[in-house]
Amino acid sequence: MATFKLDITREHCPMTFVKTKIELSKLKSGDVLEVLLTEGEPLENVPKSSTEQGFKVLEVSHVEGAIHKVLIQK
Amino acid sequence: MGATDFALGKLPTEQKKLSLISFSGDFDKLVATFTLATGAAAVGYEVNIFFTFWGLDAIKKKQGRAFVGKGFLPKLFGFFMGGLRSAPVSRLNFLGLSPKIFRYLMRNKNVATLEELVEAAKVLKINLYACEMAMHILGLEKTDFIHEVKGVLGVATFLELSEGGRTIFI
Repeated sequence: MATFKLDITREHCPMTFVKTKIELSKLKSGDVLEVLLTEGEPLENVPKSSTEQGFKVLEVSHVEGAIHKVLIQK
Repeated sequence: MGATDFALGKLPTEQKKLSLISFSGDFDKLVATFTLATGAAAVGYEVNIFFTFWGLDAIKKKQGRAFVGKGFLPKLFGFFMGGLRSAPVSRLNFLGLSPKIFRYLMRNKNVATLEELVEAAKVLKINLYACEMAMHILGLEKTDFIHEVKGVLGVATFLELSEGGRTIFI
């Protein structure tokens, strides 16, 4: 099991979701993706859509300012 | 972005579906089409895009102005229609200056450009289809399109493919 990192804090819709999906697709089962994202649409929907697609959201935590961290396991 | 393995850990129980009819070859409307398509595919939707009439410009192999098509009139039409790189905006095109300004603004503001969205659509394996009737009028063949185009369809097959999902005409 490995942990990979993805920073989508500077991305806008739809690339926030697109980059997360592409990154997740490269992982092996059990691997974890640490996603840094901003409040609003990315924070509300990246964890939600990941869960809907069968991935496991392990953690959602505040980093600083508007930036949050989401840990998603494949 | 290269070929990517999209095997998921667990398949969703019921996959949602979005079908888009890309009629307009306008730059701004193609941005809307590919934004919706890639966003939907990224959140787990099955996505189909059916390109017809001006929309066919978006999937031509030759992205600039080229004499594509069989016969004199289709070739001439193909030249004036152009491809993805020569798509005009639907308002205030200013003889083709506006799409260049939009591309600059999109890059500058870190928003995906039309070309990046099309590339993302390929990586996300969105189903791209061309309209058989419009191809016939414009003298186009499947070989005139990018190889990601999955097939050439008529109305009946498109209705069958879009059954059970949402359909949007752009």
